Amino acid sequence: MSKNVVIVGGGTGGTMVANHLARTMRDEINRGEVNVTQVTDTADHVYQPAFLFVAINHARVKDYTRPQKSLLVPEINLLADPAVKIDPSTNTVTIASGKTLPYDILVIATGSYPDFTTVPGLAEAADNFYTADGSEKLRGKLINFTGGTIITTIDVPHKCPVAPLELIFILDDLYREMSIRDKVNLVYTYPIGRLHSLEPVANWAAPEFEERGINSEIFFNVESVDPQKKVITTLEGSQVPFDILISIPAHRGAQVIQESGLGDEDGFIPTHRHTLKAEGYENIYVVGDATNLPVSKAGSTAHYEADVVAENVLAELRGLTPTHFYDGKVFCFVEAGLNKATYVSFSYTEPPAPTSSTEMIHWFKLAFNELYWLSARGLL
Amino acid sequence: MPDKVVDARGSYCPGPLMELIKTIKKADVGAVIEVLSSDQGSAKDIPEWVKKSGNELVYSEKDEAGGYWRIAVKKVK
Repeated sequence: MSKNVVIVGGGTGGTMVANHLARTMRDEINRGEVNVTQVTDTADHVYQPAFLFVAINHARVKDYTRPQKSLLVPEINLLADPAVKIDPSTNTVTIASGKTLPYDILVIATGSYPDFTTVPGLAEAADNFYTADGSEKLRGKLINFTGGTIITTIDVPHKCPVAPLELIFILDDLYREMSIRDKVNLVYTYPIGRLHSLEPVANWAAPEFEERGINSEIFFNVESVDPQKKVITTLEGSQVPFDILISIPAHRGAQVIQESGLGDEDGFIPTHRHTLKAEGYENIYVVGDATNLPVSKAGSTAHYEADVVAENVLAELRGLTPTHFYDGKVFCFVEAGLNKATYVSFSYTEPPAPTSSTEMIHWFKLAFNELYWLSARGLL
Repeated sequence: MPDKVVDARGSYCPGPLMELIKTIKKADVGAVIEVLSSDQGSAKDIPEWVKKSGNELVYSEKDEAGGYWRIAVKKVK
């Protein structure tokens, strides 16, 4: 009897697990002993961090989009046919075309999506740079802007927690280059009592804000938005007018997770913080944004988790005990404008310590935007 | 007894306070949420936000043996 591994999700985590497994088990797959199937929502793979650069017209979505098939080891069976139901009681995944896929081991990598319906008025009033369409729509507004107030708001949970800071620094540089910075009021807001959840990052950002004249408001949790008057009301009682509202709304886990009853109230799957197994299920692993773990929802998180999951699935397929454990590792570049960047690296036990921003780290980030495809292939 | 426990030990980003805000928004008025945090900053951050947002701090205590804090918040509005 051959063993079936099904990976649901075609983003960073799912693709890395699929490639790592199939490359290592190529012989077993070719002998028909193991099948590796990846189920994705679409036939294309998009590098989402590029959206930040798309929003300021420094990149185009199509340049960061590749056919999923082109990223996969040929032995992987790719089904670009969305999963609609996962049933752990029968160990099956049902896809939109109606086909049912049995699994011995399931890897869930279904990600998260920004939900603009969680705050009244937000969907009508807000722009975003977290979706391909959103970043292209925002691009037109940002580069044609002639003056006024641009405000960023953040809700939890959300992916890429440093992106809002990156955007505000990049906009500061952009409008200086366009010689209209004196007409643009940049307002950065944050839900808690400092500029970023990571205290060292908040301490690094504060003097940069001061020097660049970026305004900020902390303890800022959006309660509602009036799209006609263009005013935000917060839980803490502030009322703030804007011309452009760039929102990072609360994210939710994928529809299929919500509908299969596998997630918490936000659709995130309760997951063991070290083994990455779904709580209560011995043959289901979870990777990336889909977990409920209190770590950053970021590509690097998915990357480090994928290494752990792939090795443990390999061990189980070979009758060995899984011996790899996730330590909470996250690594994020932090763009500090158009020409410099820093980075943070941390885990469950090691706090981050950002260094001064440099041009070299910025170039490393730009290089990684291209190197990403090697990561997705499981080579980097 | 808290109505819900948020285990944010080992969380630097988004961090225990962000985990609390996420949970409290979904909770019913009157619910008590307990946060477990291994970050000593939480003992200051969380009460500060609780006051600012008009909620109520039920207790904040250190579990000496485990080396982490238990902080409970009641959703008032």
